[in-house]
Amino acid sequence: MLEETVLKQIRSIPGNKKTLGQMMNREGVAGYVFILPFLVGFFAFIIVPMLLSFGFSFTRYNILGKPSFTALENYRTMFFSDPKFWKTFGITLYYVLFSVPLRLIMALAVAVLLVKSSKLSGFYRAVFYLPSIIGSSVAVAILWKRIFASNGVLNALLGVIGFHTETAWLGRPFTAMWSLILLAVWQFGSSMLIFLSGLKQIPVSLYESATIDGASGMRRFFRITLPMLTPTIFFNLINQIINGFMAFTQSYIITQGKPKDMTLFYTVYMYQNSFTYGKLGYGCAMAWFMVLFVGAVTLLLFVTQNKWVYYEAERK
Amino acid sequence: MENYSTHRTFITGIYHVFTFLFACVMIYPLLWMVLSSFKDTTEIFRKAQNLLPETFRLTNYTVGWKGFAGYGFGIFFRNSFLIAGLSTIGAVFSSSVVAFGFARCNFRLRSLWFSCMLVAMMLPFQVIMIPQYLLFNKIGWVGSYLPIIVPQFFGQGFFIFLILQFIKGIPIDLDEAATIDGCSIYMIFGKIIFPLIKPALVTSAIFSFMWRWDDFLSPLIYLSNPLQYPVSYALKMFADPTAGSDWGAMFAMASLSLLPIFAIFLTMQKYLVEGIASTGIKG
Repeated sequence: MLEETVLKQIRSIPGNKKTLGQMMNREGVAGYVFILPFLVGFFAFIIVPMLLSFGFSFTRYNILGKPSFTALENYRTMFFSDPKFWKTFGITLYYVLFSVPLRLIMALAVAVLLVKSSKLSGFYRAVFYLPSIIGSSVAVAILWKRIFASNGVLNALLGVIGFHTETAWLGRPFTAMWSLILLAVWQFGSSMLIFLSGLKQIPVSLYESATIDGASGMRRFFRITLPMLTPTIFFNLINQIINGFMAFTQSYIITQGKPKDMTLFYTVYMYQNSFTYGKLGYGCAMAWFMVLFVGAVTLLLFVTQNKWVYYEAERK
Repeated sequence: MENYSTHRTFITGIYHVFTFLFACVMIYPLLWMVLSSFKDTTEIFRKAQNLLPETFRLTNYTVGWKGFAGYGFGIFFRNSFLIAGLSTIGAVFSSSVVAFGFARCNFRLRSLWFSCMLVAMMLPFQVIMIPQYLLFNKIGWVGSYLPIIVPQFFGQGFFIFLILQFIKGIPIDLDEAATIDGCSIYMIFGKIIFPLIKPALVTSAIFSFMWRWDDFLSPLIYLSNPLQYPVSYALKMFADPTAGSDWGAMFAMASLSLLPIFAIFLTMQKYLVEGIASTGIKG
């Protein structure tokens, strides 16, 4: 009540009303008013938790108890006495190293195939894009399990073409891992769309003059298409690498890390440590290691980009 | 000349045969799952190579719909619509406001905050899930939808970026004319820009809804009461060996869980493609 009357009094002074309105309308202030949601969210849900977790990474912390400071113990355990840490890291690295390039190559190849427009272009585009929309869902994870089971679809289809087998694809380390990689490659659709729009932006005149100069199709691809697409490839690569390291659902649902933790992804192990074993301090340390590692990889790519990424503006 | 054109037809033919076959391979797993949801469970095992069911049966759907431990899929679908719907409304509106600020206002430290936005956009949820969990646990939100929905109301990097690109394409003359007519910057946003960015809002809404619908990790971390489960998480529980292994019912519910996504995909494909093409970021 009191506040209201005070406010009324303030507003009744003509000069004040103006300055208040004016201040809100000043671009410098208005900008902050508009981005306020982002700023609040950024600090509340990213910066503060990140700083807290940095602190917790130096403690032994069970969710029920109080954190007790143990200095670098978590990091020491991680690096020197937890073989599972390096194992899951290596497995994830393997997954990224194969799934990301394969997915990008597939995306690029199909994009080149689809850039030629025909009556069926829309249909093809839809079919190739669909898996990347639903690929990370639990439904597809369940489906994948059935496909590669010993009495699953793959073996049945192999039987049809006369190759009878009862291989449990998800029961062997190598094939289990590759079924996960296959799932990732299957979702090449969104990268394909990005490449497709990149391809359409390459000036036709470049191809025309190259053809006149007698360049073959292969040569045109490697000398024009590929270099012109490098900025697109670059951003795709960074995105896919980050996403690849964060893969979770596939390993968690399809293989559950089996056999013998040979498909246990880093994020799943991090999850297990934090929520199954209740070692939140250790989980925080693992999360921070991942942030720094992925950050370093991203930085490395950015630093080396002028060696292989072609930006048109630079050459002018 | 005639020879050349038959040669061309031949090449086009090969192209279509090849692309079409490849498309079939790509879609085969999905087709198989959807069609298997109409099969008898024993048939799924016995004749896994068959695409079409011997007889179309809806039993799997009626059985699956009952869910597990007394919790039906009706509840799970309602939960998913609630979570995905609220998250989407929050994400789209807050992102549009933030995008306008970045696109049309000059303020101090703008480029710094913009870089922060980009970093936040690249930062995956998996990295901040443990810290966030600790925060939400402290304030007693764990076990509710709040940790899943509320962060969406503070702008999402990808959508901010997408809408920002769209606003940049709107001529600034409009803003200037409105200013001369006495519009404040808030009115410019509400009355002029907001109605004009509808396509970008629709694109953002589609992506947001699909991502939230598919999201599995945050329900896994924050929810423990089956009454609160969204479809994605319920499906995982349903598929656990302890709940039995009725693959027919499982495929029925899995197919059903993809139905909203399929529907959006079929009707809104144009927006999805444009959204991906204009930002160059994975969708």
